[in-house]
Amino acid sequence: MSHGLLLAFEVTILVLAIFLGFEVISKVPTLLHTPLMSGTNAIHGIVIVGAMLVAGLGHKDTLTTVVGLVAVVLASANVVGGFVVTDRMLEMFRKREPAKTPAAAADGGAAGRDPSKPEVPPTQ
Amino acid sequence: MGRVATDFAYLATIVAFILALKFLSHPATARRGNWIGAVGMLIAIGVTFAQKSVVSYWEILVGMAVGGSFGAVAARRVKMTAMPQMVALFNGVGGGAAALISLAEFHVLAPDPGRLHGDISVSIILSALIGSISFAGSMVAFAKLQELIQGRPIVYLGQQAVNGLLIAAVVAAGVAIVAGAEKQWLIVALILGALLFGVLFVLPIGGADMPVVISLLNAFTGIAAAATGFELENNVLIVSGMLVGASGTLLTILMGRAMNRSIANVLFGAFGQVTPQAAATAATDGGTVRSASAEDVAVMLAYAHKVVFVPGYGLAVAQAQHDVRQLADLLEQKGVEVSYAIHPVAGRMPGHMNVLLAEANVPYPQLEEMDEANSEFSRTDVALVVGANDVVNPDARNNQGSPIYGMPILNVDQANAVVVLKRSMNPGFAGIENPLFYNPKTVMLFGDAKDSITKLIADVKTL
Repeated sequence: MSHGLLLAFEVTILVLAIFLGFEVISKVPTLLHTPLMSGTNAIHGIVIVGAMLVAGLGHKDTLTTVVGLVAVVLASANVVGGFVVTDRMLEMFRKREPAKTPAAAADGGAAGRDPSKPEVPPTQ
Repeated sequence: MGRVATDFAYLATIVAFILALKFLSHPATARRGNWIGAVGMLIAIGVTFAQKSVVSYWEILVGMAVGGSFGAVAARRVKMTAMPQMVALFNGVGGGAAALISLAEFHVLAPDPGRLHGDISVSIILSALIGSISFAGSMVAFAKLQELIQGRPIVYLGQQAVNGLLIAAVVAAGVAIVAGAEKQWLIVALILGALLFGVLFVLPIGGADMPVVISLLNAFTGIAAAATGFELENNVLIVSGMLVGASGTLLTILMGRAMNRSIANVLFGAFGQVTPQAAATAATDGGTVRSASAEDVAVMLAYAHKVVFVPGYGLAVAQAQHDVRQLADLLEQKGVEVSYAIHPVAGRMPGHMNVLLAEANVPYPQLEEMDEANSEFSRTDVALVVGANDVVNPDARNNQGSPIYGMPILNVDQANAVVVLKRSMNPGFAGIENPLFYNPKTVMLFGDAKDSITKLIADVKTL
């Protein structure tokens, strides 16, 4: 592929990605905006691919290798930290209390009741 | 692994990232989405290792182990109240990585004159420039949020002129490089200038405006990653970077809208420094402030039908989210209907309050967005404001002279009674008077939020 053609192709992808991004992100509720930020944080850790490509070059140019490796370190921190912290946060979002004691469940569990759902009739 | 196979594998990564974001549209699926994203990242890393041009495996693996373990430990240890600075930090290292890649790539490509295509040099410059600003800006935001430096805006005479000249010089260096002056020192100078600009650009921005800044820096890092994709002719970087760029941009716009301020005003306004005259005109009407004891408030709460908690940054500072949840539980046991009204810019980053309350095991259906909450204040008996100030200031609705006039707020003054938990009568961060405190419906419960809530719990228990 000629260079100009490749560039046109890349720009096409870029523009589609912008529209797709706005479309998908606008569906994320404000409730989840913090996990959205840390999740997208993890996604931009994809620069690790670029860092690997630069650091992994075979030629023995010390500056490139060192700078590339520092980029690998930074990007790895970004990737691992981003996904781990997002997972920690999302784990906490629960519809009702996770571990209800039998006593609390017996008194109707008012705390976790979802008003949008009809009460389940008691089964004998 | 050949280029074609690699690109198809990268497509799998792109799909995984898009699914990850789609799954974030509901709390029930969000966690699975995050895992899908992580798998996508692993695929990308795996196929990159398999590329012929990548030969220094061991060095890279060691680098990954170092960076990865730092990231993992930091992510595991961080408190939920400190989430904004954590996000700023990860944001910064991502931007820094993008800038370093550009520096190295330029070093590899530049020695042969004429080897650089115009679009490659443009993307190298953009990635170096935006990545460096994002890195330095994020580090300053981190330092402010972590209170390593003062959170208040740091301003000096001629600040904007200095910043303007600096960014003009940096852009000029970039243009010179693209025009053919492919000198190593020029790109080093460009990066140093951009780093300095990043610092100077975030220093004058106050803590309350952090939700906007963090969102914007998030967008910057995404765009820097996309630019890196152009310089390496790599689709996965272009698409992923731009998804993040779009996300950060959208959040920046939403946060600006939630404060009724233009992004330019947030970035260059140095809020909190320009308001003394406006503060003086606040419609306090010479009213008096009524202070109540914890016992009085406990009675109000325990005999209410509906109580709405309105959390703000003060809740995070006092680390009172677990105590609030305990109080809410107690009230629910007494048959009180409890919910939480969350303003979009409460806290230091978008959605900050939701994370804190989720940490305290508040079921997410009780966390209500602004519009939903506002429709219910008229049938609310008590609105309990914990550490929030500007987001409940009725001047935003009524007083055209107020600096926050027009900002959408939580209309707590429509509730039958308002209780404000506050340390003292000092005006909030932005130095704006709040007539809510002088409203005859309002009582103040002075003291540290955590202590006050603990007292309320004890008193409600005795009723």
